[in-house]
Amino acid sequence: MSTAVVQPVPRGSLTRMVGRRARDWAPAVVVFALGIGAWEGLVRALGIERFLLPPLSDIVQTFWEQRETFVDAGLFTFKEALGGFLIGSGAAIVCALLLARWRALGGALMPYAIAANAVPIIAFAPITNNWFGILSPASKMAIAAVICFFPVMVNTLRGLTSVRPESIELMRSYAAGDVEIFRRVRIPNSLPYVFTGLKVATVLAMIAAIVGDYFGGSQEALGILIRRSAGIFAFDQAWAAILVASVLGILFYAAVALVERLAMSWHPSMRGARAE
Amino acid sequence: MNERPDVVSLQKISKEFGRGEVVALSGIDLNVRPGEFVSLIGPSGCGKSTLLRIIGDLIAPSAGEVVVNGKSAHQARLDRDYGIVFQDAVLYDWRTVAKNISLPLEMLGWDRRRRAERVRELVELVELGGFERHHPWQLSGGMQQRVSIARALSFEPSLLLMDEPFGALDEMTRERLNMELLRIWEASGSTVVFVTHSISEAVFLSTRVVVMSPRPGRITGILEIDLPQPRNADTREQPRFFELVTQVRDTLRAGGADSADIPEEELIAAEEGL
Repeated sequence: MSTAVVQPVPRGSLTRMVGRRARDWAPAVVVFALGIGAWEGLVRALGIERFLLPPLSDIVQTFWEQRETFVDAGLFTFKEALGGFLIGSGAAIVCALLLARWRALGGALMPYAIAANAVPIIAFAPITNNWFGILSPASKMAIAAVICFFPVMVNTLRGLTSVRPESIELMRSYAAGDVEIFRRVRIPNSLPYVFTGLKVATVLAMIAAIVGDYFGGSQEALGILIRRSAGIFAFDQAWAAILVASVLGILFYAAVALVERLAMSWHPSMRGARAE
Repeated sequence: MNERPDVVSLQKISKEFGRGEVVALSGIDLNVRPGEFVSLIGPSGCGKSTLLRIIGDLIAPSAGEVVVNGKSAHQARLDRDYGIVFQDAVLYDWRTVAKNISLPLEMLGWDRRRRAERVRELVELVELGGFERHHPWQLSGGMQQRVSIARALSFEPSLLLMDEPFGALDEMTRERLNMELLRIWEASGSTVVFVTHSISEAVFLSTRVVVMSPRPGRITGILEIDLPQPRNADTREQPRFFELVTQVRDTLRAGGADSADIPEEELIAAEEGL
């Protein structure tokens, strides 16, 4: 092991920026490579049974041989998750705006919202299958929407209401009304909170869609594919489907994180350290 | 000069928080003439910040009459007769320095070019050239407060309300900003009501110092500060400066300047339902 002294890299030249980026990412890449190597190596070296954990290379190979099936199933379930995410988050943001505007309403409803948040909503999946049709993506969207609703609503509401009193006083000194205070202070102030909620919601939406599939659904769905493969001891297939679900989940999360970055380029967390 | 009506006229102002549990202000009479620099000084809990907010129609008095520029405080607020500066700069993180300064102008409906022109003047006035496109968190506390002052001055209000604007800054930055504020005050010809708990700051800046005492907050003395204008670094060295500082301190002591139990900010926040 050689010890490298890491010097702070001055801003400016592109190559240096890229160099710094590479150095920032290097540890994560090394861990990733070590993880894959350990999986492959240990499974083979210890002779672990295939039905317990197949070697990674087998899983990737299975994926590649049936890539169309896996990708189609992944997209099918992703659409369920995305639909639920959009409906649930949209409704949550609208609700949060209403509750922030009319505090009395919030006082009346928040205890129930918090109680409902503690309900294991996934338990309702068989019921929504019954309501919207077991084969319809709508039943999974419904469960995903309900699951997404609470973290987005609670976070957005917190963002809209946790504004420094002086910020509001300042707006009132400019004779601003409620709508203007929302537009210019409360909504921009809420953005970091909203995105925190949305990022949590992407993960929950994927879980809801896949677990929703487990309770029955279209033959094209990823959850069904996982359940069916595991049922016939085709564990490399099940693992390949799980891999697809993981990649889609990560991409979904990253997409929202990217939008966050674009929407909040002003935010300190999106930049380097103080520029002084 | 005395022909012009008072900028602020307070008559028998009192303020109770809660159901009369805390009497923040009692029997306040005060007139502020055009072009004056009046400091309100007193220990925490004497109601000076509350009084400033009553002048700005940000909270309502329990009793008494507030007249600003010859009209009700409410009308004066709707007419944007005053600019306000708080202890924290209260800049919006999502706006650049230039956009923070031009916020009131946007709300007044100024067009883009006129705003840009005005921002350029103000950035020069508060000596922040080159930082227009920075975000607030990239600035030091003193620089942030200068942005806040520029914003308050942007639409040229006749009255400037300042609530311990330099209270959170270190002594050296504070003294430098004191000088800048005086320069700006002289250049703009506006009237300033300035809340502070620093005796030397009050004496250095003001034409009059209003000394307040706590529980209930009331005025225990008003001192004319007859130091020559313009004030400069030498002002703080003059014997008269020290005499006035001593006078203010004695007036504070005579009023029973022990600090109060409930922080005023909490009462104000509760009152405004924030």
